[in-house]
Amino acid sequence: MSFTPNIAVAGLGITNQGKVYDRNQVGLAVEAVRLALEDAGLERSDLDGLLLNPGLSWNDGGMGAFQLQQALNLRDLRLSATMNAGGATACAMIQHAAEAIGAGLAHTVACVFSDAPLKPPKPKDAKDGKGSGSASAYAFAGGLDAAYGMFGINARYAMVAQRHMHLYGTTNEHLGTVAVTQRQWANRNPRAQFQDAPLTMEEYHRSRWVAEPFHLFDCCLVSNGGLAVIVTSAERARNMSQPPVRILGMGQGHPGGDPMETLTSGAVLAGTQAFRMAGLETKDIDVVELYDCYTFTVLVCLEDYGFCKKGEGGPFIADGKTAPGGALPVNTGGGQLSSFYMWGMTPVSEAIIQLRGEGGERQVDDAHVALVSGNGGILSTHSTLILGNQ
Amino acid sequence: MTDPQKPIPAITPQLAPFLEGAKRQELIIQKCGECGTYRFPPRDLCSACLSNKSAWAKVSGKGIVFSFTIMHQVYHPGFAAEVPYAVVLVQLDEGPRITSNLVGVSPRNIRIGMPVTAVFEEVSDEVTLPKFAPT
Repeated sequence: MSFTPNIAVAGLGITNQGKVYDRNQVGLAVEAVRLALEDAGLERSDLDGLLLNPGLSWNDGGMGAFQLQQALNLRDLRLSATMNAGGATACAMIQHAAEAIGAGLAHTVACVFSDAPLKPPKPKDAKDGKGSGSASAYAFAGGLDAAYGMFGINARYAMVAQRHMHLYGTTNEHLGTVAVTQRQWANRNPRAQFQDAPLTMEEYHRSRWVAEPFHLFDCCLVSNGGLAVIVTSAERARNMSQPPVRILGMGQGHPGGDPMETLTSGAVLAGTQAFRMAGLETKDIDVVELYDCYTFTVLVCLEDYGFCKKGEGGPFIADGKTAPGGALPVNTGGGQLSSFYMWGMTPVSEAIIQLRGEGGERQVDDAHVALVSGNGGILSTHSTLILGNQ
Repeated sequence: MTDPQKPIPAITPQLAPFLEGAKRQELIIQKCGECGTYRFPPRDLCSACLSNKSAWAKVSGKGIVFSFTIMHQVYHPGFAAEVPYAVVLVQLDEGPRITSNLVGVSPRNIRIGMPVTAVFEEVSDEVTLPKFAPT
């Protein structure tokens, strides 16, 4: 509570998102940093810190931050790290930057995510995977889970959602409400991959099942792209190009144990810490930008931050309060379900856009305080930022 | 025999006692030699007491469906003919939870809390997999 670093986000860089095939993950990261520097009115030489969350296409990415430093030709950094706490990394990078700046170990830090998992579509006459040696094509299918047909994180997450439904009466209609309301936000966001594709509840229910209880539209997008933010002291930020977005509170929570048992994310721990630091409560939050790998995650996090009681996330949002014009705007750019998926950088960027008043058609009136979450694994890791523009 | 195209787990040193047990129609999991806590999947140390003493022990094979999902997407051609099929997480009476399939019940009739018992399915000459059937 005593540590209230006067730190701000001063720059935001977002590359083209989605089916971007003309550069790889390093190129996307470089471009994101360039855009963020331009946005803040800074030069490369103004940076003395670089934090990278490498997406899947960086492979293990252990030395990713150094690779990016070289690609950007940055000299004499005082802070460099490749960070990975899954979907909690974006907010965690900003926290780490804030801590370092608060401690005087760096003054201006770029926090970066990029990924390029999507490959260009193959020409029609190219051989598909059918005939290729299945042993190598399905090398991922080792171990016991594969023998039982358990593949991917969708299935495991679906099992957690299934228990939430069983214990609390959450329904696909509730999950669908998240998908439909976020699509309404995305329809107002020129950067959203689904900007031009409205979604009705009927279409949600008709969309194919992936792993029950998850339909296709319960699952987030996959995007190629890069996203960077510049973190600096509030004092320095005042002399930069953009109105500073201040960090009012921050925290992390990594509960351990089995989320299947608790049905609870690290938002309880992370949120309590962040609200305490900010001296704020849920009623003070104007916009909520939650990490939405699935529709279900949004419900759980609304519960765990205390916007409603545990188990009541479904009924809580059923009246449309999180939709455009609603009392509690949530994921106002369409989120990772409907805009683009830059792991936790999607909610971070949307909070900055809203607090700068740059939301255009989707701008929330009087948006002064934003809650941002990052959630990794299966409710495994969690980070929170409370950001403000005053 | 099930479809031979499905992935068959390799008999790794970690999984060997479990798979050898299944071949004998027994469900065998690790048990801490210090505090007696059962664990699965295999792990070097006990997460309850951090002891590295452990033995493999036969368990009852009884449990309940803790959760499940119905898989509609084909991730592997071995399952193409089976979609939609269910994957269940069984909580054993001894505590650990184990990913598996249910036999003798259609995916639509699976319920959380349903009592189940281990059965054994030979998937190749070398490998038999524990599965579960409603008790």
